[in-house]
Amino acid sequence: MIDSTLAEISRALENRDISSVEITKAYLDRIAQENADLNAFITVTEDLAMAQAEAADKKRSEGSAGAFTGIPIAHKDLFCTNGIRTSCGSKMLDNFIAPYNATVVERFNNAGAVTLGKTNMDEFAMGSSNETSFYGPVKNPWDRSLVPGGSSGGSAAAVAARLCAGATATDTGGSIRQPASFSGITGIKPTYGRVSRWGMVAFASSLDQAGTMTQSAEDAALMLNVMAGMDEKDSTCSTIDTEDYTASLDKPLEGLRIGLPVEHFSEGLSADMEECIRDAVGEYEKLGATVKDIQLPNSHLSVSAYYVIAPAEASANLSRYDGVRYGYRCDNPVDLEDMYKRTRSEGFGTEVKRRIMVGTYALSAGYYDAYYRKAQKIRRLIKNDFQSAFEEVDVIMGPTSPHTAFAIGSQNDDPVTMYLEDIYTIAVNLAGLPGISIPAGFINNLPVGLQIVGKDFAEAQLLNVAHKFQQATDWHKKAPQD
Amino acid sequence: MEWETVIGLEVHVQLSTASKLFSGTSTEFGAEPNTQANIYDLAMPGTLPVLNSEALKMAVKFGLAIDAEIGKTSVFDRKNYFYPDLPKGYQTSQLDFPTVGKGSLVINMEDGTQKTIGVTRAHMEEDAGKSLHEDFHGKSGIDLNRAGTPLLEIVSEPDLRSAKEAVAYLKKLHSIVCYLGISDGDMSQGSMRCDANVSIRPKGSTELGMRTEIKNINSFRFVEKAINIEVERQIDLIEDGGTVTQETRLYDSEKNETRSMRSKEVANDYRYFPEPDLLPVVIDDSFIEAVRKTLPELPDAKRQRFQEQYGLSEYDAMVLSADLDTANYFEEVAAACDDAKLSANWVMGDLQAYLNKEELPITQSMISAEALAGIISRIKDNTISSKIAKTVFESMLAGEGDADSIIESKGLKQVTDTGAIETMVDEVIANNPTQVQQYKDGKEQVIGFFVGQVMKASQGKANPGQVNQMLKEKLSQ
Amino acid sequence: MPMELANVENIAHLARLHLSDEEKKEAADSMSNILKLIDQMQSVNTDNIEPLAHAFDNVQRLRYDAVTETNTRDELQKIAPEAEEGLFLVPKVIE
Repeated sequence: MIDSTLAEISRALENRDISSVEITKAYLDRIAQENADLNAFITVTEDLAMAQAEAADKKRSEGSAGAFTGIPIAHKDLFCTNGIRTSCGSKMLDNFIAPYNATVVERFNNAGAVTLGKTNMDEFAMGSSNETSFYGPVKNPWDRSLVPGGSSGGSAAAVAARLCAGATATDTGGSIRQPASFSGITGIKPTYGRVSRWGMVAFASSLDQAGTMTQSAEDAALMLNVMAGMDEKDSTCSTIDTEDYTASLDKPLEGLRIGLPVEHFSEGLSADMEECIRDAVGEYEKLGATVKDIQLPNSHLSVSAYYVIAPAEASANLSRYDGVRYGYRCDNPVDLEDMYKRTRSEGFGTEVKRRIMVGTYALSAGYYDAYYRKAQKIRRLIKNDFQSAFEEVDVIMGPTSPHTAFAIGSQNDDPVTMYLEDIYTIAVNLAGLPGISIPAGFINNLPVGLQIVGKDFAEAQLLNVAHKFQQATDWHKKAPQD
Repeated sequence: MEWETVIGLEVHVQLSTASKLFSGTSTEFGAEPNTQANIYDLAMPGTLPVLNSEALKMAVKFGLAIDAEIGKTSVFDRKNYFYPDLPKGYQTSQLDFPTVGKGSLVINMEDGTQKTIGVTRAHMEEDAGKSLHEDFHGKSGIDLNRAGTPLLEIVSEPDLRSAKEAVAYLKKLHSIVCYLGISDGDMSQGSMRCDANVSIRPKGSTELGMRTEIKNINSFRFVEKAINIEVERQIDLIEDGGTVTQETRLYDSEKNETRSMRSKEVANDYRYFPEPDLLPVVIDDSFIEAVRKTLPELPDAKRQRFQEQYGLSEYDAMVLSADLDTANYFEEVAAACDDAKLSANWVMGDLQAYLNKEELPITQSMISAEALAGIISRIKDNTISSKIAKTVFESMLAGEGDADSIIESKGLKQVTDTGAIETMVDEVIANNPTQVQQYKDGKEQVIGFFVGQVMKASQGKANPGQVNQMLKEKLSQ
Repeated sequence: MPMELANVENIAHLARLHLSDEEKKEAADSMSNILKLIDQMQSVNTDNIEPLAHAFDNVQRLRYDAVTETNTRDELQKIAPEAEEGLFLVPKVIE
């Protein structure tokens, strides 16, 4: 049963084919078996999971269960969980136990979900390979010498290796879509403002957005139904009504207008990757869609602008980790300055410090206009590019990543090489748009992801487009061998 | 050389909202340390700000009161610096788009002159917590109760030319925020705090000299002293051939000196940028008009009305309107006794003297407006003289009851019985033949002597007007 | 343009990070590379473009002014590195 999709588990629970306790136990057993090697979880909450599973089964026997009651999931370790450590993959928060739940966690708890644990991630979500985690790298279940992608590498690997039915994740520059692509699963980053950021440890506030890692688009719809929607505690959360994301999954795709950005099919994309993506697009044509080339002329500047804006916001967001009120504090500080500097130098890893430095520099006197302000203007150009494109097409498709998963330790020499991993995903965050990555084939037995980008708040359409593909193909059903 | 002083003030006013600027924690003063600091105030990971509507209304209200441009789109920014009382490592403030733009207010000097002082801007921001320097095994304690309390930082143009003007400006601001009900303005509790930018230049020069910023001035009196001492220091420095360095200085009220703040020596680079956890604050005309409708009568308007409605002098009207509670008290007294002039004299005179002596605000006066009006009414209807009224006032302070019962029990009722007064007048005339002759010889000022004698004989209770008139009649016979 | 060591030191101080000499050199190198990437932005003229701070095109929501929080000091200070008599303790603050 643990190979089943989240939707199948939901139906099985509803039909009483299995109990939540049974499925929860099965996942916990599998985690016990696999996690030591995969390192997908930082914390496994066995006792909590069993208690929640029992409560879910009780609820079901009382007839008050919903679609999500009793489904075992995992949370990326940056969603605060009351009474359970939230480390954000950092030594800085290794001892941090929040006395509150993130809104996302609260909503899953209220829906009766079972929490299996907290998944590994790049430290403070800064990374594209899950190698910057204080808790060590996560392995890609398809080939354990490879990275699963990042920063939501733990959530991706956990879903791919069937350690949970689904997982929450976050995406600031591609942190859901890229690991979904590397790990052969479905990952959706909703529109900025669709899901509350409250209780989610911040990396870059104007870019961070919570989403899901699942086997299928249908699963993602079920999770979004729980997560999405207005939260009065988050000023940047949209008041636009949510919808039942499962309702339009089966809508026919006749007449769907697909745009292919020429910039995403140019140099830097391998021939076999391009072939794989074009085959997937061909599948859509069979389903009645029309395809045309479009232009995103400023997309080549997205990584540059992103590496100003995200580090700038991060440099301020991470100032609160000062050793005063919670989290790590260095031993025996001689004075205030020493406490600040050693706490932060010892508590943060190299990549986090690097980004704090870059962000501090970009905002510092004399550089603000050349860097921060310039990046905001580029951001406007990028958003405008998408707006023009969406006057001609309904969705934009292309590769999620320029290549398949790479070897652990192979790209650590130059941070810029790693930054360019997100070359196709970053613009979507800058523009605030929803994007999804779905399995679209394999190259040398490694999964390939197709990225689909939609208009603001078009999550239902994205899921519909993804679901119809998954009805016609079975790439998403492929699972890695142990 | 003759020097001119140039002063600009930055005044932080704590807005009297029930909850903090971005969280639902109480802002009440005086709670146990850190009992009013929730997870947002402590900058716990993942917590987010939502703007307090009342704080915004208060800022707009202030803007309207000083005729300022209201920022229809204001933007919060992060001001980055590390300090243990600043939990997020940045202060959420407003840089380029403050809620209140250019405005002005009129200050009134003691000599009756007026001057218009420009206000550059007033922006909303969060207050910081407090570092307590009592010794905890050589460490400092941090109390974050105050962290996140809404502040309005009001920045003046460098239009002030003396410490006295600075005080007058501060008093006017104090008066306005109290009138508006947006702050209690209590400087001793830090509800209103003042930093002064001070420089000097040769008289007649139009260029600004190098300025210093004096921090931590927490009373009207200290504002004047701190500025004067700093101006003196700068003059001495320059006249001895030195130069003023731009720096932050702390006023030490015990030593009455300013000294350089070492901790702020390193030039700050605050790295302001728009706060991404908040969106632009957009207010429309209807919002502004709704706030405008809540504007009370302001000090200047009240002063003018006091002059027109009550016939008070400009000075009296100014003194009585400076403080809203005093103005309200005065109006209550005047309405109850129907004599504005006498009411003004009593409120500014005996009552104020008593309040000053006891260091009480007028709202805690032992003598209510109604009670004071009771005394004044008895003066008006000739039951007591002004002099006896002071006795009644003292008895009232001693808690001996209202005016009528004091007059009754102490037998202070003025003698208006013509027969009784005539007896006393006759007696005084008979006993002082020398003075009678002087009067008859044309030395009319001797009348004062006779009045005094009669009043003395009546133990002050005779009606002085009546006595005067009767004496004149009798002495002319 | 390559990042100067003195600049790295200034930035590290602003960010309250302690870097060893080796880390400073590493930071100067990697930041120089990153700045090269970032400087690609300068290839586009953006003179008449309005900066975009937020992709979410909306305005700030307001909160009703009410006290909704209670005192949870003891719970919150359980996870503090050092607290005493209700205060967070830090090395002496000198003004």
